[in-house]
Amino acid sequence: MSDHRDRGVVWLGAPSFPDAARGALKDTQLRANLRRATATIRDKRLAVASELDDWEQLRDAGAAIKRRTSRHLDRYLVQLEASVTAAGGIVHWAADAAEANRIVTELVLATGEREVVKVKSMATQEIGLNEHLAEAGITAYETDLAELIVQLGDDRPSHILVPAIHRNRTEIRDLFAAEMRHWGRPAPEGLTDEPADLAEAARRHLRSRFLTAKVTVSGANFAVADTGTVVVVESEGNGRMCLTLPETLITVMGLEKVVPTWSDLEVFLQLLPRSSTGERMNPYTSTWTGTTDGDGPRTFHLVLLDNGRTDTLADPVGRQALACIRCSACLNVCPVFERTGGHAYGSVYPGPIGAVLTPQLVGVENAASLPFASTLCGACYDACPVKIDIPEVLVHLRAEVVESGTGGAEAPAMRAAAAVLDSPRLLGAAQKAAALGGRALARHGRIGRLPGPLRGWSDTRDTPVPPAESFRTWWRKNREGER
Amino acid sequence: MRIALFITCFNDTLYPGTGRAVLTVLERLGHTVEFPRDQTCCGQLHFNTGYRPEAIPLVARFARAFADYDAVVTPSASCAGMVRDHHPLLAREYGNPGLQRQVEDLVPRVHEFTELLTDVLGVTDVGARFPHRVAYHPTCHSLRGLRLGDRPSRLLREVEDLDLVDLPAADSCCGFGGTFAVKNADTSAAMLADKGDAVLDSGAEVLCAADNSCLMHIGGGLSRRRAAVRTMHLAEILAATEGAAP
Repeated sequence: MSDHRDRGVVWLGAPSFPDAARGALKDTQLRANLRRATATIRDKRLAVASELDDWEQLRDAGAAIKRRTSRHLDRYLVQLEASVTAAGGIVHWAADAAEANRIVTELVLATGEREVVKVKSMATQEIGLNEHLAEAGITAYETDLAELIVQLGDDRPSHILVPAIHRNRTEIRDLFAAEMRHWGRPAPEGLTDEPADLAEAARRHLRSRFLTAKVTVSGANFAVADTGTVVVVESEGNGRMCLTLPETLITVMGLEKVVPTWSDLEVFLQLLPRSSTGERMNPYTSTWTGTTDGDGPRTFHLVLLDNGRTDTLADPVGRQALACIRCSACLNVCPVFERTGGHAYGSVYPGPIGAVLTPQLVGVENAASLPFASTLCGACYDACPVKIDIPEVLVHLRAEVVESGTGGAEAPAMRAAAAVLDSPRLLGAAQKAAALGGRALARHGRIGRLPGPLRGWSDTRDTPVPPAESFRTWWRKNREGER
Repeated sequence: MRIALFITCFNDTLYPGTGRAVLTVLERLGHTVEFPRDQTCCGQLHFNTGYRPEAIPLVARFARAFADYDAVVTPSASCAGMVRDHHPLLAREYGNPGLQRQVEDLVPRVHEFTELLTDVLGVTDVGARFPHRVAYHPTCHSLRGLRLGDRPSRLLREVEDLDLVDLPAADSCCGFGGTFAVKNADTSAAMLADKGDAVLDSGAEVLCAADNSCLMHIGGGLSRRRAAVRTMHLAEILAATEGAAP
């Protein structure tokens, strides 16, 4: 097993979730951007999902395929390797981020090129590939519009599907105007913040890249084991440019992306676009099987990335997080994500799925605040197209955090509370003490600001004064005649 | 039918009026309700915060205290959900076969208050009168945990002279989440502020729900804002006979 530090995923030095959230909550522009964007996608998703009579059956089918595949993951991966190899591709296995980065860097250097174009990919974000390539003197150019915005802003992605969701169009205009010149073709003079103008500026900027690039690095949404076909779905067509024009194509794919057959793929090609962008069908679905003479890249490498996934697979409750198809539906319905944005999660995987995936990929002790970054409201579970029970995994991981002993003063307090709650006599005594203490603190029938660990609570909420008589005391006096 | 009241530690300590309201409604409907005194807490606080072994004695206590009853009723959707979904899980994970059998035997008899009224007793008109504008907040555990659906609003619509108004964005979480409100106080406060705005926008005089914990949170925020809206547990509205003919 590799050391977690080789695994990327979590940004080094990221503060705990509550601390990181505090800044975001004060950023009214960020909150307005997020609220508008998530509400729009949320409504579109609900509309297109409700069009299908068999939506719930599709979700069940998606969940079942993922469960079945993960039970036999070893077999399907070996089958995938054989199919890809038979079709003329070359398969590499990477145990962790460091190994994957080394493999990709060596493959690029071997082509003699020092520039690569990239198709939007969570796996390469996860391993921090761009930074590693830069250290080897290789420049990676992001071609997905939102990833381009993040790259130009020297920023971090804050959403799985819409990495620049935290930016509004005025901010994007300013970024294009200031930064595009440093990465290639400058933005046109007098660029406005109209979406069409911004898209046109990006199109012109990227076009020269597509036409000159010799090497592409991509991720994969799916890979079909029995044919060796790799699949990328996208909305812009920029990915297809990268996947077809260059001579060398290197795909980095998480182990869990394999599906057994094309019929399994059919289920996900219905679930994914509806859940992610609220579209019936994504505009571009690119599939490739090894290499083909006279068409597309001459060389195809597939890097199969573990990076904590087999450890996750070993946990019977937590492994369901590997069923994630990265649609972002859970982010868009999450009331916590809507207020804090993605950066507060300190990981390339934000939101509810990030809160369960990240601690498993890097070890709970390295992301101990994330399983608690949820009210367990359950909206994510209802939205998930493959029925990952995120609340269940969250409380499961909370228990692991507690077992890892990073709870501080909380553990003795919780154990004391358990002892009191296991005794009607002690509970009665505690209720009397609470009633007395509450009355001492109360003003006008309410308890206002409190000191100590409850200060955060009492900053914005009054607390009710415990009544003099608990229910059990009332019952004893009034129904059992005791005094 | 022997009905036992599971009052929950939270209601017992802070909202004893809710338990009395449940008694009032069920006795008005002709039922006798008992309160087993060995009961304490469902263990939700410990389970949800990650202290699973600590919850086991509470699971065992619950199974013992309520073993002999035909029905157990509780005015808390989240505690009912804890018992129904997580007691069997905890008993399997940490308990002995005896406890597992006890828990699995008991769980189907545990009902949230509106479930007992509508599903078990088959009533929606409980003879209440409450001449006020009321909004209903479906707490996350009512809405997505127990899937109470329209049970609460069916009951509220039968209350004489009650004006049931819509709560904007009703299905969004209020931000309480138990220890979430302490561990992530700032995020919780941001969610609470939006919920408070929605309550004021609804024009309601009274906000009700099937969970006092969420109501304490929302009510605490409204109180800090000096808003005139009252919070009441649904059971207290169903128990009310304000101005009704005797």
